[in-house]
Amino acid sequence: MLKPTPAEDLRTHTRSARDRTRSRGLIVLGMAFLLTAFLSLSVGPSGITLLSLPQVIAEVTGYSAGTGGHEALVLLDIRLPRTLLAMYVGAALAVSGAIMQGMFRNPLADPGLIGVSSGAALFAVAMIAFGDAYLPAIKAALGVHALPVAAFVGGLGATALLVGLTNGRRVISTGTLLLAGVALAALASALMGVVAYLSDDRALRDLTLWTLGSLAGASWSKVIGTLPFALVLALLLPRLIRDLNGLLLGEAEAYHLGVNVQRAKMLIVFVTAGAVGAAVAVAGIVGFIGIVTPHIIRLVAGPDHRFLLPASALLGGTLAVAADMVARVAVAPAELPLGIITALIGAPFFLHLVLRRGAHG
Amino acid sequence: MFVRPRPTACALARAAFLLLASVSVSAPSHSAEMSARDTSRIVSVGGDVTEILYELGLGDNVVAIDTTSVFPPQIPSEKKSVGYMRALSSEGVLAVRPTLILATDKAGPPEVVAALKASSTPFITIDGPDTPEGVAEKVKQVAAIVGKEEAGETLAQRIRTEFEAAADARKTIAKPIKALFLLSVQSGRALAGGRNTAADAMLALAGAENVVNSFDGYKPLSGEAALALAPDAIIVMKAAPGHRTAEASGPIATEIAAITGLANTPAVKDGRIIEFDGSLMLQFGPRAPQAAHDLMHILYPDLVPTRRIN
Repeated sequence: MLKPTPAEDLRTHTRSARDRTRSRGLIVLGMAFLLTAFLSLSVGPSGITLLSLPQVIAEVTGYSAGTGGHEALVLLDIRLPRTLLAMYVGAALAVSGAIMQGMFRNPLADPGLIGVSSGAALFAVAMIAFGDAYLPAIKAALGVHALPVAAFVGGLGATALLVGLTNGRRVISTGTLLLAGVALAALASALMGVVAYLSDDRALRDLTLWTLGSLAGASWSKVIGTLPFALVLALLLPRLIRDLNGLLLGEAEAYHLGVNVQRAKMLIVFVTAGAVGAAVAVAGIVGFIGIVTPHIIRLVAGPDHRFLLPASALLGGTLAVAADMVARVAVAPAELPLGIITALIGAPFFLHLVLRRGAHG
Repeated sequence: MFVRPRPTACALARAAFLLLASVSVSAPSHSAEMSARDTSRIVSVGGDVTEILYELGLGDNVVAIDTTSVFPPQIPSEKKSVGYMRALSSEGVLAVRPTLILATDKAGPPEVVAALKASSTPFITIDGPDTPEGVAEKVKQVAAIVGKEEAGETLAQRIRTEFEAAADARKTIAKPIKALFLLSVQSGRALAGGRNTAADAMLALAGAENVVNSFDGYKPLSGEAALALAPDAIIVMKAAPGHRTAEASGPIATEIAAITGLANTPAVKDGRIIEFDGSLMLQFGPRAPQAAHDLMHILYPDLVPTRRIN
């Protein structure tokens, strides 16, 4: 599937039993991913399941008259876009987390490290708090999309600012980027504090809810909006794998292996910023998936990005879809914020995994 | 990038996922039936809307409420909850199989409201300003939708009469009390009600003067600013029915005492910290005149006799 790279020649074994195990692992993860997605289409507070699908298809294609029920609306306009967005959000966050951890060679790196989450969150809360008062034209023009657009612009803007600030002589130093990213996140969070302080009770509640993350506002227009980012991520993934495996050995070594280190880093930063920016735009802040999914895969299968990236994408998507299912049915007919669930379920599980591994050395 | 796609784009996306090649697809139009309304299963979002429905005798038809609907007091345990009014779930609301959704204009998030409006269930927004006429207006809107115009007119008239009685009582007040409304007071932080809030409107209806006139909405108030405003009475929102003067050593008084400056205001010195039912004070539903009367009686016990008006 993938051309062997110079980096792989340095490994003690080439295509081996381990690779076969990994391929099987990917198939298992892929099946789990699809199974969760189908389950997600079939689970919800209204009790409508995929058993209504034939009737819905007949209705939509005009072969039979509508029954006046909500089956078509719930399956096609509520759950399907929601499931697709959950897949995207989970996969984008997990892959971006894996890429960030690889580029910074730091297990604590998360997708938000290059400022994208903080910038997106800052713009989003500013839009919630001041949009009506100061940007009525923008709000009127974009309607329900004012918030996602603001989040996306903020996320990409923050990353561009960070790269611009740390990009001395067209060389991105990952060390500087890491520290500047932390500083920028602190600044953004302080500014969010200012926004919260200045906002009224209504906006305060809305922005609190937004920062907890949710896919309740899923719609086809958001699916279409995120599609380009999903495609770009999928197309560039093979390229990134080679560069990241090179970077695993260190920047100088990667350079000698023929990786254009600076260009690779630029590509990594902006691909991640776009992918995460779109994810935050449609779902708000969903913690945990981005930082932890790659670790789970690494604990099981090691650091080779050929397996790590696709596996992270599948597992991240599965986790997000599963968490969103819980969000929908746990307190039905009400709704729980998604970000709460990802952390509530994920954190103890991850802790267990880490401690068990510790016991085995 | 997040431009609203054309309906055809949506339809195509749906068609693609349905794996229906070579079949022409048209998005079904979910339009609300505007003819005779089925009120057998109502989802009511917003405490004011829910109270109006109960007043009009439609309480039994309400199948689900939001978390701001707390009156009549037994309903939170009786009815299904669709959650907080600003964080609704589209499928959750549809899951209770409503024939009608009535919601305050504060309902959200916007995408969920849009999805519900696209469903075949009528979704109708009820709104009116926080004024006596605004309450009557909301009553008439609800009544017209559920086909209870006559009962609605009677109720609106009763509310007007009660507000007029409150206005008459207000005329006996020679010197308005300077009051401060706190939405919450916690760990050294007090959120005060400024202009253009329901609290501000209710203070005026109760014949009190809101000392906060320098900002809009609910914002944190420093102890120093509170000291300068020198309120004679502090009204604190309470999440349960009933009103009382806060106990001198109770949790509210302790929280207020912890904010230097606020603790030195005339209101605290005179022990005029009043805990008031928040839903009654802020929702501007059918019990708003009652709220004005109750608050007036607490602030001016000698001038305004207590009067249960419903």
